[in-house]
Amino acid sequence: MNWEIVGIWLGALVTLCLYSFLYRDNPYYKFAEHLFVGMSAGYWVIYSIFNVLIPNWWDNMLPEGGGFNWIWVIPGLFALFMLARMVPRIAGLSRLALGMIVGTGAGLNMLTFFQSNALAQVKGTIFSVATGGVWSIFSSLVLVVGVVSGLVYFFFSKAHTGFTGKTANVGITILMVAFGASFGYTIMARLSLLIGRCTFLLEDWLPTIPRLLGIGG
Amino acid sequence: MADIFTRMGNLDRRIIFILIALAVIIPILTDLIIPNIVGAEPSRDLFEFVDALPPGSNVILSFDYDPSTMPELQPMAEAVVRHLFLKDHRIIGMALWPQGAALGQDAMSSLSDSLGKEQYLDWVNLGYKTGGGVMIVRLGTSMRAIFPTDRDNVPWSEIPMLQGINSLDDIQLVISLSAGDPGIIAWVMMAGDRYDIPIGGGCTAVSAPQLYTYLQTEQMVGLLGGLKGAADYETLVGIENGEAIRGMSPQSVAHIAIMLFIIIGNIAYFTQKRKGGAR
Amino acid sequence: MRLIIPLAITFTSGMIMILNFFIPHQPFALLGENLQEWYMIVASGAIFLGSANLLHVHFRKTRLKLKNWKYSPVTIVGFLVMIVLGLIYGVTENLPFDYLFMNMVAPMGATMFSLLAFFVASAAFRAFRASNWRATLLLTSAFLVMLGQVPIGAMIWDKIPLAKVWLMAIPNTAGQRAVMIGAAMGVVATSLRMIFGIERSYLGGAD
Repeated sequence: MNWEIVGIWLGALVTLCLYSFLYRDNPYYKFAEHLFVGMSAGYWVIYSIFNVLIPNWWDNMLPEGGGFNWIWVIPGLFALFMLARMVPRIAGLSRLALGMIVGTGAGLNMLTFFQSNALAQVKGTIFSVATGGVWSIFSSLVLVVGVVSGLVYFFFSKAHTGFTGKTANVGITILMVAFGASFGYTIMARLSLLIGRCTFLLEDWLPTIPRLLGIGG
Repeated sequence: MADIFTRMGNLDRRIIFILIALAVIIPILTDLIIPNIVGAEPSRDLFEFVDALPPGSNVILSFDYDPSTMPELQPMAEAVVRHLFLKDHRIIGMALWPQGAALGQDAMSSLSDSLGKEQYLDWVNLGYKTGGGVMIVRLGTSMRAIFPTDRDNVPWSEIPMLQGINSLDDIQLVISLSAGDPGIIAWVMMAGDRYDIPIGGGCTAVSAPQLYTYLQTEQMVGLLGGLKGAADYETLVGIENGEAIRGMSPQSVAHIAIMLFIIIGNIAYFTQKRKGGAR
Repeated sequence: MRLIIPLAITFTSGMIMILNFFIPHQPFALLGENLQEWYMIVASGAIFLGSANLLHVHFRKTRLKLKNWKYSPVTIVGFLVMIVLGLIYGVTENLPFDYLFMNMVAPMGATMFSLLAFFVASAAFRAFRASNWRATLLLTSAFLVMLGQVPIGAMIWDKIPLAKVWLMAIPNTAGQRAVMIGAAMGVVATSLRMIFGIERSYLGGAD
């Protein structure tokens, strides 16, 4: 059996099942949708076991050379606590695991978001002021005015009236241009995915049909 | 005439579906190729940065995506891998998304043999790890602590190309191919800004506009945005008729189709509005 | 009491990460590094929780014969097939687990999201209206980007890609940056509230 062709057919069948949704919701779509969810979850679990739990937890707790590192019982226990959410009587234990996850994430994010997405951006805006040609100066001006007025638009502690209101209006104008760009890129992204699937059906799957029927090359 | 536009405003959506499908299928079936031109795009910046690295540089290629964005990111992965191999850099593959580990393996192993490269000497797939940004911070102090083995359970100590690599300090570039979070942003924050490692990336078109902010601040050395970014990289590497380059023709036709839909939709809206019927 | 321990854990983990950032020396380096490694293990617990919940929902649906219950066994079988093949063959390339991923999961994932192309086209036709000058500006910006991104744009007028590059690098960056700085301040404030136990909703809404 040619497993490559079997693979292409499996892929094509599930693709067509999912595309049948475009006509209307139907059992073929539902079948593929449910299969996708189940298989994806299975994939995640297996990768978590082989790529995370065994090398990063089990092998640390029970090293190859022998011995038992009891300290590694703690994260294992916390991971187990996460599952306690499934059992109402002991669901409270999952809060311990959540506390660790949230605390670690919050401690790290607080600093890095401030450093990378606030300070670095302010610095980038200030140092964007160019001294080159007219166009370059104009661009810098648009950038600086755009960032400042955009921030004013998001500042709700002061009523958007008078000068603040006018600045916020400039801000929303810049935001509209940015959202337009995002929309254009989103259209591109969605179409790219469709192109990928159509290319698969037309260039990989379709040529296998005459081959299977023994027609042509 | 006005009636035609009014009727168009109430068009069955399935007709729109068929028209979009045709806009994509016809250019593919007719092998329509519209040459891709690479302007002063951030994709060129990434290409030039990789090109300028000394041969034998250690490059982390993080496959932070899943099949849902494969048509955009897989051609990017293949083009970047090809370029890194051609420049004799060593690729350390890894994934912040579990499904990226398998997709990355496919991209690297499919090119490895044809370009005379060997697993564990020229490339390795360290696999998937949970933790996103938190995990990257630990890579800054010890990569081996996070990756005691590779994806296929081969110990770090038995992989020749990894000997001499301790932490992110020994990495000359990180390229994250990212479909969202965790991805490029985590790499910029945790590896770029914290440990001063150059970060490049490729992303889905959806997230590209947001990441432009990191280009102007030089927190990123270059960016491939969506299928256009992938086509640019294929063009720069010299891949003839690459998957992304071929995709740009249906993309062109479909963009024009969507723009026409918007224009017709607006004409129908204003026609109805003039009649007092539009909401 | 049932909240004090989780809040203490949140505070301690948060402070370790902060101290590790500012003082990357002992003992904070060791504490931070251990916490980062433990985080991975605990976070993977969430994957098992998600899967256990998925199975629970679908077994329940099948048992009680709830709406669309006939498809639930498909999810369960799909899950079990991947688990069994994964445990037997591992994740090695071209073996059954990897084969099913590349030939079934990958095409299904890609197709599922490609459906959005049709709906985004339909939505653009029905809802994208130039009803005022700001909406017209948004539309113009979108058109410029859509044309500038594809080779046909340069064929129509060779300045379109240049205009797109400028639009992305300047006005787009300005707008995105304003959003980014605002969101970053939000993250800082929320993180501080979490570390100091003011924000507790993640623990199940208890005060």
